[in-house]
Amino acid sequence: MTHDDIPTVYEMSVPDRHGIDLPAPDVPLAPLPADGVRADCGLPELSQLDVMRHYLALSQRNFGVDSGFYPLGSCTMKFNPKVDEQIARLAGFAESHPLQAADTVQGNLALMHELQQWLADIGGFAGVSLQPSAGAHGEFTGLLMIRAYHHERGDARRTRILIPDSAHGTNPASTTMAGFTAVELPSDARGNVDLEAVRVACDDTVAGIMMTNPNTLGLFEERIGEVVRLVHEAGGLVYGDGANMNALVGIVRPGDLGVDVMHYNLHKTFATPHGGGGPGSGPLGVSARLKDFLPGPVVERDGGEARYRLSMPAKSIGRVSTFHGNFGMFVRAYAYIRQHGADGLRANSEHAVLNANYLRVKLRDAFKVPFDRTCMHEFVCQGAIEGTGVRALDVSKRLLDYGFHPPTNYFPLIVPEALMIEPTESEAKPTLDAFVAAMLAIAGETRDDPALVKSAPHRTPVGRLDEVKAARELVLVDRAKAAVG
Amino acid sequence: MSYVPHTDRERTEMLAAVGLSRREDLFAAVPEQVRFPALDLPAPTSELDLAREMQALAARNRPCDVAVSFLGAGAYHHFRPAIVDAVISRGEFYTSYTQYQPEVSQGFLQALFEYQSMICRLTGMEVSNASHYDGATALAEAVLLSLNVAPKRNKVVLSRAVNPQYRALIRTYLRGTHAAMIVGDEDDTADVDRLKALLDQDTAALVIQNPNFFGQCEPVEGLAEAVHRAGALLIVVTDPISLGLFRPPGHYGADLTVADGQPLGIPPSFGGPHLGILAARKTHVRRLSGHLVGETVDANGRRGYVLTLATREQHIRRAKATSNICTNSAICALAAATYLATMGKRGLRHVAELCYHKAHYAAAEIGKLKGFSINPHAPAQPFFKEFVARMPAPVSEINQRLLDRHGIVGGYDLGQDDPRLKDHMLIAVTEVNTRASIDALVRALGEAAR
Repeated sequence: MTHDDIPTVYEMSVPDRHGIDLPAPDVPLAPLPADGVRADCGLPELSQLDVMRHYLALSQRNFGVDSGFYPLGSCTMKFNPKVDEQIARLAGFAESHPLQAADTVQGNLALMHELQQWLADIGGFAGVSLQPSAGAHGEFTGLLMIRAYHHERGDARRTRILIPDSAHGTNPASTTMAGFTAVELPSDARGNVDLEAVRVACDDTVAGIMMTNPNTLGLFEERIGEVVRLVHEAGGLVYGDGANMNALVGIVRPGDLGVDVMHYNLHKTFATPHGGGGPGSGPLGVSARLKDFLPGPVVERDGGEARYRLSMPAKSIGRVSTFHGNFGMFVRAYAYIRQHGADGLRANSEHAVLNANYLRVKLRDAFKVPFDRTCMHEFVCQGAIEGTGVRALDVSKRLLDYGFHPPTNYFPLIVPEALMIEPTESEAKPTLDAFVAAMLAIAGETRDDPALVKSAPHRTPVGRLDEVKAARELVLVDRAKAAVG
Repeated sequence: MSYVPHTDRERTEMLAAVGLSRREDLFAAVPEQVRFPALDLPAPTSELDLAREMQALAARNRPCDVAVSFLGAGAYHHFRPAIVDAVISRGEFYTSYTQYQPEVSQGFLQALFEYQSMICRLTGMEVSNASHYDGATALAEAVLLSLNVAPKRNKVVLSRAVNPQYRALIRTYLRGTHAAMIVGDEDDTADVDRLKALLDQDTAALVIQNPNFFGQCEPVEGLAEAVHRAGALLIVVTDPISLGLFRPPGHYGADLTVADGQPLGIPPSFGGPHLGILAARKTHVRRLSGHLVGETVDANGRRGYVLTLATREQHIRRAKATSNICTNSAICALAAATYLATMGKRGLRHVAELCYHKAHYAAAEIGKLKGFSINPHAPAQPFFKEFVARMPAPVSEINQRLLDRHGIVGGYDLGQDDPRLKDHMLIAVTEVNTRASIDALVRALGEAAR
């Protein structure tokens, strides 16, 4: 990675330089309006080579799955097949306009319909909508459906959503946005949600529960059947956070466990690239009683003939995306499922779980694993090493010097100094062994030379950054002056 | 095709290390009666066969030559310089996650910081987030922000000339906070002065689109003053290409500016992924949703960038966060940044002018046809790259004839959202439409209406 400071596009800007030519107008010129026209839109002025070198240099200061091992827990940083990128860029897909007549986009609609069917089958659900654009977006949408379901039955008293304390932060945030109150549930000594707490919380004000399974400790909820039964008996519904679905494809279908509504993260389980934070896609699968409430439009197939059309479910909560959701991600996920088939997808989950368990047993002597039982696709250990003052953050930063992306830090909140490690199925044993060697070396350094670890990273383009200064001074735009008119 | 790299030997060694003999034993915690379901999926395929199959599927869409497409209404065919794809195809960028480890994410962080900077200059606003899902969800977040700023206010004045899908989506988003009500968008007129009359002490925000859904520039003089006198916020939805030419929302007093950034180097892709642009006055920065990138220094004083004000966000604030957003549209923001840096000051102006002149040429020519009229509801109002044409026959019939006989993709049938606009077509013309294709449209419309 280059260590030199890279000037911003505004700092490189030179008046009158330009990057691209456009054709001269081939129509008569219309007079511009007398008012409301600006003199200068404030963009920088660069040559195309300036722009290319700039972004290439920036890319060299960035770490992706293509750069190296990226065991970021709960994020499923698996290999993103290159052929999927090529396919999503086929003109027939990429240039198609979302408002074209259904007759002219049968290929797109067929693809969406198949994907709806496949996801329903994989999750054990009666219906799927591809509308939501991300996991959190799916959560919010699913909660709105739960709300609509209760209200339709004249049951407006249900205002509470139960959420285990190990849940992703998006769960309580989505709950608030959907107009519910989040009620936190503790975990028990084996890392499951505390069944007694579920029992006590379940009354006629409970709208539902949000369960992540496997949970964020990477553990399969051993009493999921009883949790679901308690919530259903109280009249509530079960939301499944599908963020950890990469452990379960072909292993168990959440719908078979009694989950009523779940989002899939196509950008995790089905290998659509994370794109530096997005776009993702968060389709929703639902049980029969919620099917009519799905956001729309969804794709339907007419009778026996292979004609596809968009339609709005009968009691739909409405639309949650412009047009039909993140279609470009549907193409990639479709291609991924098509390549793997049922056995291939199951093998992915099996190897994701094997890799996680392999790392768990190799690391647990050096880094304490608080809930040490067979994990699913990820596990949580503690990064602080007693008596040294070295914290999980320090271990993470030192890993950067060894060429690895760190695990997720300080999450879940119920484990102090948490390091959440998710290797995915994409990584081979030599990579895992090299990671183990690096972690054990860092544990050794921590005893011999803790200052080295505490001041890491040493080999990255910048060292630890002053986050307090960033938040206090709030420099959110480039101060380089480019005239604005 | 599987991407699992394990050899049999490695698998055996790893299972032995874990103390198990079979992979199935890893799943003892899963209830046995539902373990290992048979999935009904097609048999796997190789990369070679997959590519063929997907090409065939793409070919089932009727090929759309962008030069003869006049469909817009929220998604547009614009020229995309080749450099955009070259940049966003860098694996270091597109296979990375959100920039929570800034030391190895400086490249993306700086690119997003520059994106924020260019969006602020372009919109005339003071702060921009690092992207939202799409234009409609960014608007819904802006509306939620206005309601959070003024908890006692529960009314949103919404122009009927805002994209109908955006209006529908706001209604979905407000289902959770049912106290809020929406007024204005079912009125007979989209007149901005009529909207002003709906402002009162309960109003949290007034929302307009400019250029509006019908392509026309709204009379914004004095609008922000009226909104602010009522103690409300002015939210403006805009078209980023139009800002190459027209005065931006920040210059006429918008408190929040929202746009779908798809025209900035992102393919229509049947509606997504697109890019939600959300920019604001600095006073609202702590209530803004989504990631923000800030400049700072490292321990040696070297300049660097970090995600900042994380205390607004769900992973810190949980139930009290300003929004639940986590995944955003970062690679699309990178595409837009590359587009804006390449087009630059003069290039974007040039694109905007080409749209303007070509749309005006098309409107003038269509207006000459017998039985057609242009922007019948507001003929004097300026327009940008879209306009409304009233037709002497139903739009669906005309579009079918355009497609069947001439291979032309006609405009959007406005009657499907609003019966008052029966026989009205919204026509989009951009720099990708040539004079020849516009002339072909005009001839075909003349024939189709006969």
